[in-house]
Amino acid sequence: MADLHPDSPYMPHRHPEPGATFEWDEEQRRELDRILERYPTKQAALLPVLHLAQRKVGWLPPHVIVKVSETLGLTPAWVFGVVTFYNMYNQKPRGKYFLQVCTNLSCMLRDAYDIYDHLCSRLRVKPGHNTEDGKFTVLEVECLGSCNTAPVVQVNDDYHENMTIEKIDDLIETLP
Amino acid sequence: MTEPIRVLTRNIDEPDSASIDTYLRTGGYKALEKALSMKPAELIDMVKASELRGRGGAGFPTGMKWGFVPQDSGKPVYLLCNADEAEPGTFKDRLIIEKDPHLMIEGMIISAYAIGSGPMSYIYIRGEFAYGAKVLEKALAEAREKGFLGKNILGSGFDHDVTVHRGAGAYICGEETGLIESLEGKRGEPRVKPPFPAVVGVFGAPTVVNNVETIACVTLIVEKGPDWFRSIGVEKNTGPKLYCVSGHVKKPGVYEFPMTVNLKELIVDHCGGTASGLPIKAVIPGGGSAPILKPDEIDIPLTFDAVQKAGSMLGSAAIMVMDESACIVECVWRLVKFFAHESCGQCTPCREGCNWMESVLHRLETGQGRQEDADLLLDMSDNIGGKSLCALGDAAIGPVISGVQKFRDEFLYHVEHKSCLPGTKRYRRLDMPVGAH
Ligand SMILES: Cc1cc2nc3c(=O)[nH]c(=O)nc-3n(C[C@H](O)[C@H](O)[C@H](O)COP(=O)(O)O)c2cc1C
Ligand code: SF4
Ligand code: FES
Repeated sequence: MADLHPDSPYMPHRHPEPGATFEWDEEQRRELDRILERYPTKQAALLPVLHLAQRKVGWLPPHVIVKVSETLGLTPAWVFGVVTFYNMYNQKPRGKYFLQVCTNLSCMLRDAYDIYDHLCSRLRVKPGHNTEDGKFTVLEVECLGSCNTAPVVQVNDDYHENMTIEKIDDLIETLP
Repeated sequence: MTEPIRVLTRNIDEPDSASIDTYLRTGGYKALEKALSMKPAELIDMVKASELRGRGGAGFPTGMKWGFVPQDSGKPVYLLCNADEAEPGTFKDRLIIEKDPHLMIEGMIISAYAIGSGPMSYIYIRGEFAYGAKVLEKALAEAREKGFLGKNILGSGFDHDVTVHRGAGAYICGEETGLIESLEGKRGEPRVKPPFPAVVGVFGAPTVVNNVETIACVTLIVEKGPDWFRSIGVEKNTGPKLYCVSGHVKKPGVYEFPMTVNLKELIVDHCGGTASGLPIKAVIPGGGSAPILKPDEIDIPLTFDAVQKAGSMLGSAAIMVMDESACIVECVWRLVKFFAHESCGQCTPCREGCNWMESVLHRLETGQGRQEDADLLLDMSDNIGGKSLCALGDAAIGPVISGVQKFRDEFLYHVEHKSCLPGTKRYRRLDMPVGAH
């Protein structure tokens, strides 16, 4: 593997679980079959299969990348290249709640940066890092396609629209 | 004054608007029945006669695009529905996807039949639209159950199915060849053209890529006829159009109009003007890629041609409004930051240039700017525009050139006073944390 940034969890000594392995479970195997029959090539199933793996593991560590490459008959390097191209594939573990604050123009004009700043200081966390208890990650993201309800915060899969500091505070307090 | 219409949006206020029962009750899938009784070539002629132009950004005539597909390549033809919707300011396709998915699914089956498609077509939906993908999956299952998808659709002998393919967070996958690469399981790096997708697209086969709204229009054209479609709007800018209005307006949202609607009227009369009551300072008429217009330039009809004549573009019809409190340098910086982040990195001018423009704009905004920076930005733009592989490079310089040219005094003020213009607000304060993936 090529040289990586020293902070990258893909550096063997930084991997949170060295020696970990990954196997598809029964349900995932059924889902894999269902995905593969929708495409004329195995390679075309790569994005959905990565989503499938990440849904289970939370991010895409090296051993999962290797498993995906074996499953689809691709090289690990190919899969790694794809993983690093797309924002939604996590290259490190994320908090239980991944707070993604859109700060693109329409959200910015409706004070999205105040929400972003508030989240970072309230949770005492640097953007892209996890809180110590592993509960939250805060990140600034690009337009979420919901600018009519700006500002928007995506929490895991869900959009929270027309956000205010009060509303985000309420949300954080109620998340289990 | 042009009045709003409810054609593409006719179902969205119905209870349970996304369900097939609602859709069938309001006359749904009648157009499919009609289409399957026609010859594919007749359908292409019908779409040509409607003068429908693509709603994804470029306004390319849809019938003409379909006509480019060779019918003798020996390969299956693919239809790809572009539901990537990632242009800043755009949220119209999401409305159709979430509220009336059958309108686009019916349009896809008709379009697939018209272009001689093979057994499968794909909806490429941006990964963030998890809810939208769920709605589509459910709608597709309903359509299969009723026999609108699958083998021998409505006894016509036409077999077809649709797959929802989720992206994973990359704006460039909205560019049609980036989308094709991504669908093939690769990094979404746009291809060199020619060959155009109509000849060599996904899986080496002829491919048509159309936007969600374009495909929804196809359903209406078949249902009500090309003459009806042409009767809405003006020549070469026909049919209903969804406009996304956001930013400093009182009533942001999706608005449906014929393309005769006037930009200024839309903002002032229909969206209630600015929320603050302050005068309008700048308007972006077609998404983050479109050059900025000043208030004295917005008295124009929102047709593809008129907006282009005004020096901008209708693009994805995403209208972003800034009032007098906005700092133009910061707004341009934020858009360029987006392009720098989303550049796929294949071409040096776009990859390096966008990052460099972002740094220069940032230093201007934070009081470190130099006298020559405004011209430097124009010079950099000149070295990106037309010198990169796909339209992202050209898009990134739209806001920069228009911003510098139309608000040069404000750029110079930043250099001289090391601060924003009095009365304007900086949204991203300097003490805020800097993001890192
Ligand atoms: C950088 C870039 C991003 C694009 N993003 C989208 C998009 O999100 N959705 C879309 O429909 N078209 C997008 N387009 C336009 C597509 O390349 C293509 O022209 C369009 O999908 C064709 O559909 P239409 O003919 O129905 O408009 C984008 C183009 C570029 C250059
Ligand atoms: S212009 Fe930019 S986004 Fe387009 S192919 Fe080149 S580097 Fe990639
Ligand atoms: S700018 Fe935030 S959702 Fe579009």
